[in-house]
Amino acid sequence: MTTTHAKTAAAPDAVDFLGLDALLSDEERLIRDTVRSFVRDRVLPNVGEWFEAGTLPRELGRELGRLGLLGMHLHGYDCPGASAVAYGIACMELEAGDAGVRSFASVQGSLAMFAIYRWGSEEQKRTWLPRMARGEAIGCFGLTEPDFGSNPAGMRTFARRDGGDWILNGTKLWITNGSIADLAIVWANTDDGIRGFVVEKGTRGFSTSDIHKKISLRASITSELVLQDVRVPADAQLPLAKGLSGPLACLSEARFGIIWGAMGAARACYEAALDYAKTRVQFDRPIGGFQLTQEKLANMLLELGKGSLLALHLGRMKDDGRLHPAQVSFGKLNNVREALKICREARTILGANGVTLEYPVIRHMNNLESVLTYEGTSEVHTLVIGQQITGISAFT
Amino acid sequence: MKIVVTVKLVPDPNAEKRIDPATKRLVRTGVETVLNPYDEYALEAALQLKERIGGDTTVTVFAMAPESLKETLRKALAMGADDAVLLSDAGLEGSDVWGTSYAMAHALKKVGFDLLIVGGLSDDGSTGATPGALAEYLQTPLVTNARKADVADGKLQIERETDTGYQIVKAPLPTVMTTALTFGEPRYASLKGIMGAKKKTIAAMALADLGLDQSVGAAGAKTELLSFAPPPVRGKGNVVEAADGATGAKAIFDFLKEKKLV
Repeated sequence: MTTTHAKTAAAPDAVDFLGLDALLSDEERLIRDTVRSFVRDRVLPNVGEWFEAGTLPRELGRELGRLGLLGMHLHGYDCPGASAVAYGIACMELEAGDAGVRSFASVQGSLAMFAIYRWGSEEQKRTWLPRMARGEAIGCFGLTEPDFGSNPAGMRTFARRDGGDWILNGTKLWITNGSIADLAIVWANTDDGIRGFVVEKGTRGFSTSDIHKKISLRASITSELVLQDVRVPADAQLPLAKGLSGPLACLSEARFGIIWGAMGAARACYEAALDYAKTRVQFDRPIGGFQLTQEKLANMLLELGKGSLLALHLGRMKDDGRLHPAQVSFGKLNNVREALKICREARTILGANGVTLEYPVIRHMNNLESVLTYEGTSEVHTLVIGQQITGISAFT
Repeated sequence: MKIVVTVKLVPDPNAEKRIDPATKRLVRTGVETVLNPYDEYALEAALQLKERIGGDTTVTVFAMAPESLKETLRKALAMGADDAVLLSDAGLEGSDVWGTSYAMAHALKKVGFDLLIVGGLSDDGSTGATPGALAEYLQTPLVTNARKADVADGKLQIERETDTGYQIVKAPLPTVMTTALTFGEPRYASLKGIMGAKKKTIAAMALADLGLDQSVGAAGAKTELLSFAPPPVRGKGNVVEAADGATGAKAIFDFLKEKKLV
């Protein structure tokens, strides 16, 4: 016979309403708390200025490296070998600071480092990964071109053989960390299909220029890479990457981090809106006491809770080796879309204050406009899911 | 050299504090427990000394707290401490400053140390009396408010922060030292540190291990908290209304001058 004991249900927390905290291990909670305090101390006091100035300090890379957040889910080569969930938690906390900071870590760890880790030679791994993990060497990832975004297979950048060397020509656009990078992972077409190359800063014919006048992801460097008869030796090629699956595997890694990051930005906006609603008085009472505001807050909380639970579920699946790329698309499509809605709703609660950099809301909202389309647009992720459930490709 | 750092586990300083009128103790339910922020500076000092001295120097953290808070100590281990000792016993509950120091001193004698580093204050109790009481029971010198420290030839030398500057003070080991908040910002735990912390040991100690000849806990307390009250509510501030910035600035300046603040 079993006896059931009635338990007293604790009153839900205003942010972690579903008590998801209890689903994390002590170690995961410590990682979250550590990254959260780093963001509170180092990012939040400065990010408004970085955003306004359109910059991200290079030093931040070393600080993230010291914390062990660059390539944190890779094993060996001085990388910590953390779980996918731990990586997701870090992305969530970094993006609760700013998507620019999370993008820096995503590009470094999941795109540039992961490309070398997954497709590189032992020598390439030994040369680059420890320095990149420490943030001493910064990497960028050149896939997108001016005329080829969602359709990378059509890329014009071409690498031709010249004796033992390769000669690269082409242009890459919207490249995060481009001008501050010490090395670029460049994807190029060859006579044998798409291949990846490590192009070091300073290589003759390789130049970068930054993209200005952005209204989104301003605390992030975005560049154009120009390759004009860039000669690299045979050992600059990533030997194991053959075809489009090379860059796509890297993108799937980064997208996984975005699933979490988007909920970090959403949480920051929800918290700002909740705090504002409880203190802003109109018609002699806090605006949080009005039904319309409560409905907004409740709806924001619903999607924040569901999106965070989804991120954790997909993270546990990834750690279990069961996560399919189409499920990553599911997560990215849902969480970025809902995060954007939460931030926009938060904006309305803050009224005019919502459009200034004194509050985090408009910054997150604008950042998410980039996150919505980079690493696969929401349309592409919709079609990935559509193809998976119907068996019919609707891409072309 | 063996460095021991005492850490107190306190309710999150950023959380709203509430005192239970019946027990006159801080309500801990629903409030996260963290390392006492002052003790993080003590730990930072210990880790810096370990890095500088090298060799076989070890850093042990020591806490007196309920067994249920054991995992909070992992943060100290993740920051770089080598191991931890947790003194835990239902009989310690309700100890006053005397009882706490008395029990801790006996436990620390058993743990052993060359240098004991203690945070200057606890964020919850804020008596600031424990370091002095520990040094007394441990029969060691006490050097306080260190902003820098070094060990050479079996002696500790510190720069002791004062209101007017600093003093250089030397003391033979073993000794007890407290840290100033100018010692250096406590480091963040690194991811590798966090992942390595679960393999480190947290040894358990109980009252029975100490052989105390006086009772501690609520029964042995020599002081009693009679009453408590929240701080007075701050009055409304003065709002300066002025036609332009210059007039407003002058009005504020005159106010500060009157109060002899400028």
